[in-house]
Amino acid sequence: MLTGAHFLDGDQAACEGALAAGANFAAGYPITPSTEIVERFAVRVPTVGGIFLQMEDELASSMAVVGATWGGAKAFTVTSGPGFSLMMEHVGYAAMTETPLVLVNVQRGGPSTGLPTLPGQGDMMQARWGSHGDYEIIALCPNSPQECFDQMIEAFNLTEEYRTPVLVMMDECVGHMTEKVVIPPAEEIKVLPRRYTTLPPSEYQPFRPGPDGIPEMVKAGDGYRIHVTGLTHDEQGYPAMDWRAQHKLVSRLVRKIRDHADRIARCEEDGLEDADVVVVAYGITSRVAQRAIQMARAEGLRVGLLRPVVVWPFPERRVRELAQRVHAFVVVEMNYGQMVYEVERCAGDQARTLLVPHGGGSVHEPEEILKAIREAME
Amino acid sequence: MSPLPTINPVEPFLRAERMPHIWCPGCGIGTTVNCFARALVASKLPLDKVAVVSGIGCTGRVAGYVHLDSFHTTHGRAIPFATGLKLARPDLTVVVYSGDGDLIAIGGNHFIHAARRNVDIKVICVNNFTYGMTGGQVAPTTPVGATATTTPYGCFERPFNLPFLAESSGAVYVARWTAFHVRHIAHSMVEAFQKKGFSFIEILSPCPTLYQRRNKMGDGLDTMHFYKQHSVIKNGANTRDVDINLQGEIIVGKFVDNERPTLQQSMEQQLRQTLRDRYAGWGGV
Repeated sequence: MLTGAHFLDGDQAACEGALAAGANFAAGYPITPSTEIVERFAVRVPTVGGIFLQMEDELASSMAVVGATWGGAKAFTVTSGPGFSLMMEHVGYAAMTETPLVLVNVQRGGPSTGLPTLPGQGDMMQARWGSHGDYEIIALCPNSPQECFDQMIEAFNLTEEYRTPVLVMMDECVGHMTEKVVIPPAEEIKVLPRRYTTLPPSEYQPFRPGPDGIPEMVKAGDGYRIHVTGLTHDEQGYPAMDWRAQHKLVSRLVRKIRDHADRIARCEEDGLEDADVVVVAYGITSRVAQRAIQMARAEGLRVGLLRPVVVWPFPERRVRELAQRVHAFVVVEMNYGQMVYEVERCAGDQARTLLVPHGGGSVHEPEEILKAIREAME
Repeated sequence: MSPLPTINPVEPFLRAERMPHIWCPGCGIGTTVNCFARALVASKLPLDKVAVVSGIGCTGRVAGYVHLDSFHTTHGRAIPFATGLKLARPDLTVVVYSGDGDLIAIGGNHFIHAARRNVDIKVICVNNFTYGMTGGQVAPTTPVGATATTTPYGCFERPFNLPFLAESSGAVYVARWTAFHVRHIAHSMVEAFQKKGFSFIEILSPCPTLYQRRNKMGDGLDTMHFYKQHSVIKNGANTRDVDINLQGEIIVGKFVDNERPTLQQSMEQQLRQTLRDRYAGWGGV
């Protein structure tokens, strides 16, 4: 395994993070600006033990990783906008079947084919709600190549812990910017193992939850003769077509994340101690916001940054706390308003919420953000 | 005289607690599952190392009834699931068991690519010429002239000839039978289990509730008589010549049985040749 300091772009760093987390299977379909992640994986993984296969489309890629996972692999796939839309069916299937897997979306400008080579942050609500039906998701949002590396490991650990698909919501800038990435020695990297059962087949039920709401897993070929279905199912895994089974299953799928939301949600904060205004920004946009905050501080304005690092579940508690004592939130995002709805919901009547939108294709100008900060101070 | 058996020989292969199954009286899917169980016995495969992967539809429910590791996936995507499972676990025998709509319409792209790659999976396609689960719509297998809910005045599209599609895409084993040919089906399944590579068995099957009734072809038993009278066994037939017409002759048999490196063999050979001792090898998870 690679260790030490390297000069990597975010895509390459994400690949190294996957390898460091023990990923031994990836399937993917070429799509800009995400492809470099699996191009690197295709070079690297045969030398360390594992499989990369380029599939015929994103539906196939996202389902091949589900199949590999039930065989015991640690698997991931990567994509961007149009492919993310195609993979949505299997985000839902993985949520329903509690299949651990990691899905990277290197966001580009949309909708549709949009801006293949240029950044966007327009898939944030799709990450949360994109597949049909009710489920909860975990999504992370890196703002540097170092974080692309770190968050891939975190994403694999979260998917093993909660048995729900975990999304890493990069953007084209973070994917293609090159910076120093420090890869610790393997023994210093915390990797959570899969939660395999120790029960014998006669006592095991594949979807019977433990005390934390999460069932233990087995893999195919171990003699458990499991059944796994995307239909509503009972604890044995058998289809159960009635409202009671639906309530029992779906409420558990939702609760296993919501009940642990405060543990999962994570923010980075800077200069919030005395802040009157909080800039909320994530991904590459947070780095532009930092420049705007410096400019505002130079004018004597008391403003700080709240950066959701884990964006879903949304850091609701922290925004509610801040809303008690600040004037306003300035939400900066490379879309016409997505995460701003969450901030507004949590801020309620306690603080104003302003949006600094951007259609993607480039990042914000710091001056646009500064203008909104000044407005928020009024 | 030996004592009469007290349990049905296929019972150990079924999830008995899930019976009765959802299939209609006269449907041929259950018949094929019986053949599958008998083929598993005959092949002496270790059952803990057999996995069944289904898509969506009436045949897609097979995964829910077999007492094996079984995966009921999304519509059309059983083959990509099976591809991932087989690559991760080369020690497993992976069987895809699904219907014509699932495998050939929505899943058609995966079907041709898995055959092209020669993924070592066994694909059993129960072809009842219609979408049963959703109420009898036209399928890419529906013969010209046949009525379906979405072709109320008769199907006007040319259907796929599945053995030809499979062979030309790269399958190494291709057979077709009808639900009448139970011994032949089981025999072909045993051969497919022993085969390395993408193996395809098409089984024509009655859908008395929808396809047969709507096309005035009688019930399940009438269809069995029809299969018996109209089937012609032509092992080794050119798959170009095995199109199915509405009420015409049905050519059945084993059409293709050849050898070609599997996906995993080709992958390993290429990587070993290029990377030499830098190749870490892959024996599975």
